[in-house]
Amino acid sequence: MPLKDTSRAAIKDLLFRMADDCLILGHRNSEWVGIGPVLEEDIAFASIAQDKLGHALSLYNILHEHLGEPDADTLAFMRPEGQFKCCHLVEIPTQEYDIALVRHFLFDTADRLRFEMLVGSSFEPLAQLARKIKGEITYHTMHANAFLRQLSRGSEEAHFRMQSALNEVYPLALGIFEPSEFEEVLAQEGIFAGEAPLEKRWLETMTPILEQAGLTISTIAEAALGGRKGYHTEHLSPLLEEMSEVFAVDPTAEW
Amino acid sequence: MITQNEVQEAAIWQALHDVADPEIPRLSVVDLGVITHVMVDDQNKASITMTPTFSGCPAIHYMQDAIRERVASMPFSEVEVKVSFEEPWNSNKISERGRAILHESGFAPPPKHDGYIELSVLEDVPCPYCGSHNTTLQSPFGPTLCRSIHYCNACSQAFEQFKPVA
Repeated sequence: MPLKDTSRAAIKDLLFRMADDCLILGHRNSEWVGIGPVLEEDIAFASIAQDKLGHALSLYNILHEHLGEPDADTLAFMRPEGQFKCCHLVEIPTQEYDIALVRHFLFDTADRLRFEMLVGSSFEPLAQLARKIKGEITYHTMHANAFLRQLSRGSEEAHFRMQSALNEVYPLALGIFEPSEFEEVLAQEGIFAGEAPLEKRWLETMTPILEQAGLTISTIAEAALGGRKGYHTEHLSPLLEEMSEVFAVDPTAEW
Repeated sequence: MITQNEVQEAAIWQALHDVADPEIPRLSVVDLGVITHVMVDDQNKASITMTPTFSGCPAIHYMQDAIRERVASMPFSEVEVKVSFEEPWNSNKISERGRAILHESGFAPPPKHDGYIELSVLEDVPCPYCGSHNTTLQSPFGPTLCRSIHYCNACSQAFEQFKPVA
């Protein structure tokens, strides 16, 4: 059945948000290669980065094969910053391990729930991919939950640093759920239940884990908005430049 | 009655046993469980559908090319190898022979699951060298996306598991 024009626009917007989040966070996660606090964490973040880039690739492929967009390389490396729909959470530099870990926990919990919701999507290519990806993300949340609990229940300093990182990153994480102009269409057409229901499930899922970790989230934090509409932090532009450096010099390069 | 096309399809399945997983060369793509569909149509065109173990698997195009090359040596008018998520891979798709080959190659085969993986599944993995269950999970992430790292306390040997994926 051919898609209605409004559905097409809505699905494209949703796919770009998801794919751009995965692409940018994949690159941020990859920054741990070679400098992880312990070897296992170096490997874990590298593997998670590889998964994220795979998820971005699969989502860009749907845009290319079903929705008339250019191929994945062009979408990843040739678009101007203003066309990126990622949230601010994935853009901020990796900095310290506490920030990286808290971001990993907040993002991947949401990402897993989003893919779980999309398993029943009426847009079949996305539903198929969601059935595949949700099994992979289980490992990401498993890893995030285990380390969040361990570190937060460690020394006083460890707990303090985890709580501080959570305070800093939480408003950015709320920006994951910045509503789109297509929320109604997505829900009505059975494509995706929406950002608000996702945010609700996210909070419910995190509550027991945060309790076990002895961490609290602010109830008055204000979401960092704009990313979904193409307005980004100052950190995205240098990252895009770095990512597309080789492609810009020689678009036909193979390695 | 078996049609001519079905005979051809069976021949393709047989031939695909020659195509190896690039990481574990004794394991064929058939035993790995990544071949989901084989069809020969009335124009004598062969269509093979495969699916990656992990969506970010960097070896998928390598395997796709190897499959195309193997089937191209057979008498078909055309060979098409598609990658699809229609029937996604999970670790239960590894054949019994594939599990035996993993074990012989020094990998713990993934435990069978019923669609949901918990951390406890990864924590009780028998050592492929000495069989002891006195093992420790070192990391759910290993040298490739599909492997986890473990340590056997009985024979003091690090080993890898081909990890369960739902």
